[in-house]
Amino acid sequence: MKTVMGIINLQENETLIKEMTARRPLATIPFAGRYRLIDFSLSSMVNSGVENVGIMLPTKARSVLDHLRSGKDWDLARHHDGLFYLPALQSDNEMREGDLKSFYRHLDFLEHSSQKYVLLTGSQVIYNMDFENALRFHQNTGADITMVYNIQAEENTAGGTVLETAENGLVKDIAKQPVVYEDAKISMGIYLMERRLFIQIIKYAFEHGGSDFLVDGIMRQSSKYVVYAMEHDGYTAHINSTASYYQASMDILLPEVREEVFDRNNSIYTKSKDEPPVQYKKEAKAKNSLIANGCVIEGSVENSILFRGVKIGPGVHVKNSIIMQKCELQEDALVENVICDKNVVITRGKWLKGASNYPLIVEKNVVI
Amino acid sequence: MRKTECLAMILAGGQGSRLGALTKKIAKPAVPFGGKYRIIDFTLSNCVNSGLCKVGVLTQYRPLELHTYLGTGNAWDLDRKDGGVFILPPYAREKGADWYKGTADAIYQNLNFIESVDPEYVLVLSGDHIYTMDYSWMIEAHKQTKAEATIGVIEVPWKEASRFGIMSTDKSGRIVEFAEKPTKPKSNLASMGIYIFDWKLLKHYLEEDAKDGVSNHDFGKNIIPKMLAADVKLFSYAFEGYWKDVGTIDSLWEANMDLLREKAVLNMNDPAWKIYSVSESLPPHYVGPDGEIETSLISEGSSVNGMVKNSVIFPGVKIGKGAKVINSVIMPFTTIGENAYIDKAIVAQNAEISAGARVASSDGAIVVIPEGEVVLSESGTKQVG
Repeated sequence: MKTVMGIINLQENETLIKEMTARRPLATIPFAGRYRLIDFSLSSMVNSGVENVGIMLPTKARSVLDHLRSGKDWDLARHHDGLFYLPALQSDNEMREGDLKSFYRHLDFLEHSSQKYVLLTGSQVIYNMDFENALRFHQNTGADITMVYNIQAEENTAGGTVLETAENGLVKDIAKQPVVYEDAKISMGIYLMERRLFIQIIKYAFEHGGSDFLVDGIMRQSSKYVVYAMEHDGYTAHINSTASYYQASMDILLPEVREEVFDRNNSIYTKSKDEPPVQYKKEAKAKNSLIANGCVIEGSVENSILFRGVKIGPGVHVKNSIIMQKCELQEDALVENVICDKNVVITRGKWLKGASNYPLIVEKNVVI
Repeated sequence: MRKTECLAMILAGGQGSRLGALTKKIAKPAVPFGGKYRIIDFTLSNCVNSGLCKVGVLTQYRPLELHTYLGTGNAWDLDRKDGGVFILPPYAREKGADWYKGTADAIYQNLNFIESVDPEYVLVLSGDHIYTMDYSWMIEAHKQTKAEATIGVIEVPWKEASRFGIMSTDKSGRIVEFAEKPTKPKSNLASMGIYIFDWKLLKHYLEEDAKDGVSNHDFGKNIIPKMLAADVKLFSYAFEGYWKDVGTIDSLWEANMDLLREKAVLNMNDPAWKIYSVSESLPPHYVGPDGEIETSLISEGSSVNGMVKNSVIFPGVKIGKGAKVINSVIMPFTTIGENAYIDKAIVAQNAEISAGARVASSDGAIVVIPEGEVVLSESGTKQVG
């Protein structure tokens, strides 16, 4: 895959997941006890052999830079190629919304790269994929543009980009739908095409008044290009709402999902932290949970995910919850169906319960 | 470039033969410890946390895994432009090649390296002790007392004193007598094997000792007694805190069990004194619906579906349903099958304990399962290996 360069577009739609993206972009939402959403697409690229990756930053960029840094943890701190940051440039005379203007502004990064193909992804979808398959598919079909989709398992009301394809994968229609029905083919936001074509599409779409890459670059020009789509049949989770975030988190507790997504031969890389092993004290009770290093467990944890450095005090009950970094649940606290963002403190004896289909979200740094 | 005031030299060449099966293929400092670390991580982390950024690591016995583990020193924040980790195995010269013949000889053979750094002081450390210590305080004490050499000492229980190198000191802390493993100890201050020397003084003594045909070329047996006899200003520096030499199976097991005590004896969770190590990118560990974990340390990538009590579980360990792991240390990527029973054992990396197997001794001795071993269920009990 030395012929493929990657671009990860972090200017993503966050409207349905606002509680978790007040102070951070979607890309750095903590997930599975240790990771951030961007780790999945980025690790898939690196494991597929991509060595030149541009990160198109959102306006809230600090946490992305803080997480990725030099790219060393993903093996992308290189002398040649490696990780590049493409900042969101705010200029007063460009009031257009949408990601297309950022692609346009960073055309020289694309023009100076040497790879034949561009692989474009977002960070919103969780998967562990070998993109070599997509490249082979692209070359075999002779497509101009290859997209990747997964089959929707259940109806979801967060919406998505739905594809209609022929038997051989030729795309007949692309539509953004507010409700996606069972068995629909939902785009994973992955596009593969020749770099020259990518540059051409961006130039044409932007110079002709476009604002969104998918809509103005591909959908409105669909008659000009031959687009094929390939199915990814591994675990896929689209994180575009709080409900889907919670559901995907609970999915990670299933052994078969973990075995596929955290395959040791294609590891998901993340920023390294030096946390000691989890300390289970005498009265600790844990069942069906994922618990990150640095935690101290004195109470009971069930069907939950604990991020690093979480302290579960004596007599505490945590159930069906996601507790992020460095939270502290003091003696006898009870937390059920809750998502606690970083550094939250639940003081002695407090009870916090969300509904089973609507978790209660506690924002960063709150003390209850 | 700033001149290095104090160069640290970590002696990491020993075989650790008393660790038996655990050091058949790797050097002692590379032996896993504490659910996530290698023994050498403590000394290395102490160096970088104390502000010592130039660290020589002297290797000799089966160094491959240790060298690979150390890499460029990046994991301990020691991948620096000026400084860092310097891996120093024995090397050949025009006149031939020589193994390190003793602790002092190892340093002597690296005089060229130390010359090139030209420090004020040299801090000699062992790579096989478990403790956290800020060496900068000891360096400060060395300067304050105007010592020419300072030896780190720790109070040991009187009944243990005859196992150590014992220092007798006067009221000012100056060392007046030194006895190696004395039958009738006059003091209970034991040498920790931590020495700070004025570089010029050390160089002189090492060069002299190299010419001494009957010498063992050992700091404790030869260099320190010679310095003492010549009235060199030797001072003691008293260390208070947890310190453990994990050179035997018993002490290695005990030190791991020490980490499980209700009142922590060694704080590995201190954000001001991080213990660094190299670790694979693994997800958090998983506890299944049948998992039962009590008073234990569990690390990333593991999957616990059985009972774990009073044990230390390293990364990537799989514990099957119904299995019971008690009072044991299970090293990385070992698989423990369903209904297996393990009590008071140290199981090394990548071992496989089959379903229903039993690993426990009948007389309370610690069972050691070597790296990569497969234990079948009909084997019954196993003895220390």
